[in-house]
Amino acid sequence: MAPATSSTSSAITLNINGEKHQLTIDHRTTLLDALRERLDLTGTKKGCDQGQCGACTVLVDSRRVVSCLNLAVAAEGREITTIEGMAEGDELHPVQQAFLDLDGYQCGYCTPGQICSAVAVIEEHAAGWPSAVTDDVGPEAGPPPLTPDEIRERMSGNLCRCGAYVSIVQAVSRAAGAYEATRDERRTAAAKEAAA
Amino acid sequence: MTITSPGAAALRGAVGVAHTRVEGRDKVTGAARYAGEIPFAELAHGWLALSTVTRGRIRSVETAAVLDMPGVLTVLHHGNAPRLNTDYIGMLGVPPDPTAAVFQNDRVPYAGWPVALVVAETPEQAREAAEALVVTYDEEPHDTALVADHPGAYPAEGHMPAETEKGDLEGQLAASAVVVDARYTTPEQQHSMIEPHAATALWDGGRLEVVDSNQGTTWIQGELAKMFSLDESSVRVRSEHIGGGFGSKGLRAHQVSAVMAATALQRPVRVVMTRRQMFSLAGYRSPTTQRVRLGADLDGRLRALEHHSLNQTSTVYEFIEPGAGVARVMYDADAHRTANHVVRLDVPSPTWMRAPGEAPGSFAIESALDELAERCGVDPIELRLRNEPETGPVSGLPFSSRNLPACFREGARRFGWADRDPRPGVRRDGRWLLGTGTAAASFGAGAGPSTAKVTAEADGSFSVRIAAADIGTGARTALTLIAADALETTPDRVRVRIGDSDFGPAMIAGGSMGTRSWAWAITAAAGELRERLALTPDIPPEGITVRSDTTEAIRALARKERHSFGAQFAEVAVDTATGEIRVRRMLGIFAAGRIVNPLTARNQLVGGMTWGISMALHEEAVRDRETGRHYSPDLAGYHVATNADVPDIEADWVDDHDPDDPVGIKGVGEIGIVGAAAAVANAVWHATGVRHRNLPIRPDRVLTAASTPDPAEAAPSDGGAADA
Repeated sequence: MAPATSSTSSAITLNINGEKHQLTIDHRTTLLDALRERLDLTGTKKGCDQGQCGACTVLVDSRRVVSCLNLAVAAEGREITTIEGMAEGDELHPVQQAFLDLDGYQCGYCTPGQICSAVAVIEEHAAGWPSAVTDDVGPEAGPPPLTPDEIRERMSGNLCRCGAYVSIVQAVSRAAGAYEATRDERRTAAAKEAAA
Repeated sequence: MTITSPGAAALRGAVGVAHTRVEGRDKVTGAARYAGEIPFAELAHGWLALSTVTRGRIRSVETAAVLDMPGVLTVLHHGNAPRLNTDYIGMLGVPPDPTAAVFQNDRVPYAGWPVALVVAETPEQAREAAEALVVTYDEEPHDTALVADHPGAYPAEGHMPAETEKGDLEGQLAASAVVVDARYTTPEQQHSMIEPHAATALWDGGRLEVVDSNQGTTWIQGELAKMFSLDESSVRVRSEHIGGGFGSKGLRAHQVSAVMAATALQRPVRVVMTRRQMFSLAGYRSPTTQRVRLGADLDGRLRALEHHSLNQTSTVYEFIEPGAGVARVMYDADAHRTANHVVRLDVPSPTWMRAPGEAPGSFAIESALDELAERCGVDPIELRLRNEPETGPVSGLPFSSRNLPACFREGARRFGWADRDPRPGVRRDGRWLLGTGTAAASFGAGAGPSTAKVTAEADGSFSVRIAAADIGTGARTALTLIAADALETTPDRVRVRIGDSDFGPAMIAGGSMGTRSWAWAITAAAGELRERLALTPDIPPEGITVRSDTTEAIRALARKERHSFGAQFAEVAVDTATGEIRVRRMLGIFAAGRIVNPLTARNQLVGGMTWGISMALHEEAVRDRETGRHYSPDLAGYHVATNADVPDIEADWVDDHDPDDPVGIKGVGEIGIVGAAAAVANAVWHATGVRHRNLPIRPDRVLTAASTPDPAEAAPSDGGAADA
């Protein structure tokens, strides 16, 4: 349905979950709509389409972004990870597994965004980023303990209207623990892959 | 093949044991497809255009320029849309809201009324054209402000009598040692489920198919069939995954306009509401203004109780938010008067929203009881226990079970209530004043007629088909456990399929009645299937199917007061220098019948309590009197509780059983919000000594109260609910 490349559209390549997708796209199309309407990657959800609910959260170059406020044409050349790219085959990502086991959701519509956000939260925390509730933000303080209050603050960009925050916090907490436990293992594997 | 008799294994252990959601893997991997996500070939996209004036008539819809825009296929409006039948009563016993019956005349009854649907090849083209569409109006003056003494107010019934009265109210008030007379307001609240309403309509082999996000597929099937004058069998509605409902996901403009466009274009058309459109098209909880008068003896025993509640509705549809209904269940008095009134304004039609009536009504009466306890010098829990009725205060009917005292006893023990100093404003933690509060909760436990089909498959497994809806409640999983026990097998051998009107009539996911209603039908069919299997061990390739219909069984139920009950507890910290309120912990203990799946039931109850925090402190849709429109109709302007607003909330339950229900269920979807906002407000009083009778308890209200000499008696400077 898309017109050929013109003043209002472009042919672009998007790198999503390790796969390259070529498409000609209306310049107005958001990354969110490109995923949902053009690439059939509907795991990323549209809740408000104006950056207020977090349901459309994806990872772009490992950083969390709301895909409704990013144009698809501007995502060319970036590594995009969506909820469909979180599991390793049949093995769920520890965050996904924790949401499933601890019932960190109800209707499930905000869940992909919550999970993408949580994966980034764990990385941000491990990298030493402080949050608004971090007591000591000095340069040598190191990562604060990932307490429930830290998780609540860092996950507050993702609304859950069903009100499953209590179990979301439990799920992120459990997944963060699992992530810490396997971090070195994964880093070694990633280094080997990069060298090969 | 031959299977062993299902009775032989005698497995009955699924209900009552925590079970993760059967569709959980699909939800955490993004594989679960919601209504706007099912692909169709040749799909066209509709975009609704809404009125920009608050009251008047459409003079013209300038379609010519828009029809020339790229990709535009058609523009539907009152000048060319098919006429609909709206003269009917739907499955839920109410006529259709004209907001859903789009494009029938030139009248504009409120801002955000649907005036046209622009259909185009892509969503971008449809949106651009809809925003470019010029509609001209003849404007008329409007009234959008709910005020307590509105001259247009009148008593209205809805699902219950408008007014009830017994005894000599004024006489009993005069004879009371202690009288509380207080006015309360609650603001307009929006459902704000994260999945916007979305529907795709198409004609397939002479049959209308609608893929939707709704709370009952046979409900919507019936509404669409009646509205478009079609035979019900020629309409199929599917709704597999629903991204939240809370009362709002019924028949609305998106389905009806999609059907109109699919019919006109003879190709699939999808219509999705934008977040902003949801504020006027998706229903909402009406603001309320309430008055409670309580008269009691010094020991807190009630002699007089009056609860009056007023809500707004649109000029085109009557919806009652029955705030005074909760008093008819909870508390008796020698003189007892309740009234639900409504006033028609130039505003969108409100609708059911999680605990309609009970949520705002319980805020008022449970706050008033806390005031009464304070004045009598009686503990708030003890005061409630002294006023426990033997039978329904208004109906006189017996309760099926009423375990409210058990909830308070267990809650008080776990919350540490016994050590509570009743004096307000005396606990400090740094910049914070601390306080605790409690409130009672109740919500009706009903059931609606449903049909179910249960099949013993040739491979030894079982299939259940029922037009149930899982709006996040965990219904699909709960019904799997119910079926497993009823079939004396394990949950992994049962496949429950829901969300398809072809499965036959069934109750909606609403009124906390879904799981009970569907479980009843499944249990009935499963019981008969087991009897059949005992006689017929050979299962043919197509399986053996038994269909149930609970219409007669439900009609035969004895009339009783059937309700869930609960006790809510909250601890808050208030900074009177900034006006900030933090809820530090909450506990809810409920008597809500048999709990099918503790994992998802607890989540439901905690979710309701989270709504209570949100109602107490955050939610308020504000309408500009001059324009008649909302300020900031979006999730930045309308605050719902975020993760950082919600502390560790505990919910648990006491043994409770409805002896007349085959699975003993009462329902857990709504009771969690009831009384929760009052518990928070009562805790704010305990922290600060200030009564907040207008929700939400915003920082500016805390600050104003802190600087007012006698704030408890001060009238709300901003008039409360609808008019900021």
